[in-house]
Amino acid sequence: MVTVERSPTQPVTRRRPRRRFRITADHVPMTLISVVLLAVCFVWVYPFLWMVSSSIKTNAEVFSGLGLFPKAIRLDNYVRAWHDAHIGDYFFNTVFVTVTSIVISVLAVSMMGYVLGRYRFPGKRVVIGLLAAAVFLPEGYTIIPIFDLINKLGLQDSLWGLALAEAGGAHVVAILLFAGYFSQLPKELEEAAMMDGAGFVRIFWQVYLPLAKPVTATAIILQFMHSWNDFLLPLVLTLNKPELRTLSVGIYSFQGEYFTDWSGMAAAATIGLLPIIVVFLFLQRYFVEGIAGAVKQ
Amino acid sequence: MTLARDSIARAGRTSSAGLWTRVWTSRWCYLFMLPSLVLAGMFTFYPMVMSWYFSFLDWSGFTSARTFVGLDNYRELIGDPLFWDAFGRSFLFVIVAVPIRLVLALLVAILLNNQALKLAPVFRTFFFLPVVTTAAIVGIVMTFVLSPYRGPVNQALVGLGLIPEPIDFLGDPHTALWTVMAVEVWKNFGITMIYWLAALQTVPRIYYEAAKVDGAGRFQLLRYITVPMLLPFAAIIVLLTANATLHVFAIVQAMTRGGPYFATQVIEVYIYQTAFAADQVGGVPRLGYASAAGCFFGVVVMVIALLQVYVARKAAQVRAQLVNE
Repeated sequence: MVTVERSPTQPVTRRRPRRRFRITADHVPMTLISVVLLAVCFVWVYPFLWMVSSSIKTNAEVFSGLGLFPKAIRLDNYVRAWHDAHIGDYFFNTVFVTVTSIVISVLAVSMMGYVLGRYRFPGKRVVIGLLAAAVFLPEGYTIIPIFDLINKLGLQDSLWGLALAEAGGAHVVAILLFAGYFSQLPKELEEAAMMDGAGFVRIFWQVYLPLAKPVTATAIILQFMHSWNDFLLPLVLTLNKPELRTLSVGIYSFQGEYFTDWSGMAAAATIGLLPIIVVFLFLQRYFVEGIAGAVKQ
Repeated sequence: MTLARDSIARAGRTSSAGLWTRVWTSRWCYLFMLPSLVLAGMFTFYPMVMSWYFSFLDWSGFTSARTFVGLDNYRELIGDPLFWDAFGRSFLFVIVAVPIRLVLALLVAILLNNQALKLAPVFRTFFFLPVVTTAAIVGIVMTFVLSPYRGPVNQALVGLGLIPEPIDFLGDPHTALWTVMAVEVWKNFGITMIYWLAALQTVPRIYYEAAKVDGAGRFQLLRYITVPMLLPFAAIIVLLTANATLHVFAIVQAMTRGGPYFATQVIEVYIYQTAFAADQVGGVPRLGYASAAGCFFGVVVMVIALLQVYVARKAAQVRAQLVNE
């Protein structure tokens, strides 16, 4: 990768030093910009490359240099992290919480968006006002009441409480995405379905929701990112309950207990980060749309 | 909001009927909103209201008694130097990290928005990658990347001769906060970049074509078209970025837990430690006091946000004038 920086495009800039003030994006060759950006990008993601490479090195080799390629591939770091440090348990906890919260929240949000996008009914303004309030009112310190609520519901000793809390909240961005999308779909579909005798639920479930696949994908991704990565909520809800920890909390506690075992730690961190990175690389359009949605609204 | 427009209105069918008839015809609508409203009620509105109530309590743990103490928590908060230090650190964080993130992200976004740059989607992927990763795990990885004991950053800097000996970035109270800021900028840079890219794509290409015909150079295009057209978005992007920068609990807690010597104890870390980790500093948990700190901080953030919304409205008017001219 390092050799890329010395590319044959460099002399091009030297050829016209007198026009220095006029050198702008139009004049500098795109290849030069590309090469510089490529080098920057390599440094940008280097911490992740270093983490993955450390996870297959021995502890002695990890801090021996900047090189990314180990002398021999050691998979016992993963075995140690997965079993001894319970990362395997944390992994399945995280998967359960993430999947459950996605199912709950996306169902709720799509139904809400459908109604707001396609129907007019008494009280609609109140609902929209509530959504705006959820964005603008000061939050306070909500984690304490949420913890209190989960305890009162008797869900503190299972992962259901955490999954529900991760699914909870107003989800204003996702609701607006669904409402905007549904409002643009033609009304004729609904009329045709009604002629065939379909009711409200079937029209939503079999006609409109299947048409909203791109927004559904974005909503799933937003919730996936939120649930998989969340820290404060699982940290507080699993205080004194190590068996319920998610990956982020598990690895955070692991840091205190196995401080010297960096290659085991790197393996644990890789197990925690790889799933979301892989999903991102395949479905990045939906990640980007979910983030950009905040500005476009 | 776009919802208010209601392109597919059912008004024609029902508006002449009485309110209760209309409510009855819309019964499925209410049923469909129920799950979402329950979730919002349980996890947004109930906690919002309760955290204000809790802030008037003397309450030292979930199992212990709650005593109503009125405004005592707020009175104590105003005289608490630890709170004000944390408060100041959070705002210092915003004042330093937000402008850096905004300007760098804008520059990269302008570069990536250039259609001649064939690899732009690849670069976008790289810059965005840290955003999707788990802040707490990334924070821990960065403690090793920045380690003074032959961590890669120190090895590279010493190897290049930029520093004579390794720096303990996170262990030295003088460098810790700046280091945490740098990591936070790196981690969330991609979000701001995507915001800018979304905004840049709203600028009609024809404006650039027209200006080029008139003989405008790259800098003039930037000065007279891009910047004014981006202004209304800029206000929203500043708001979103600043708000996100005030909520950096996970990465800070994972990297330094507020240390060394409180050097990185931003407001969220202070509140968390007051509520849940008091035993580590030899005190009792203070849930009421932590709630008061959270509510006070929330109000300050809201006031700043409202100011920014006001500025955004003004900027939108400026843009509207430009478009009309």
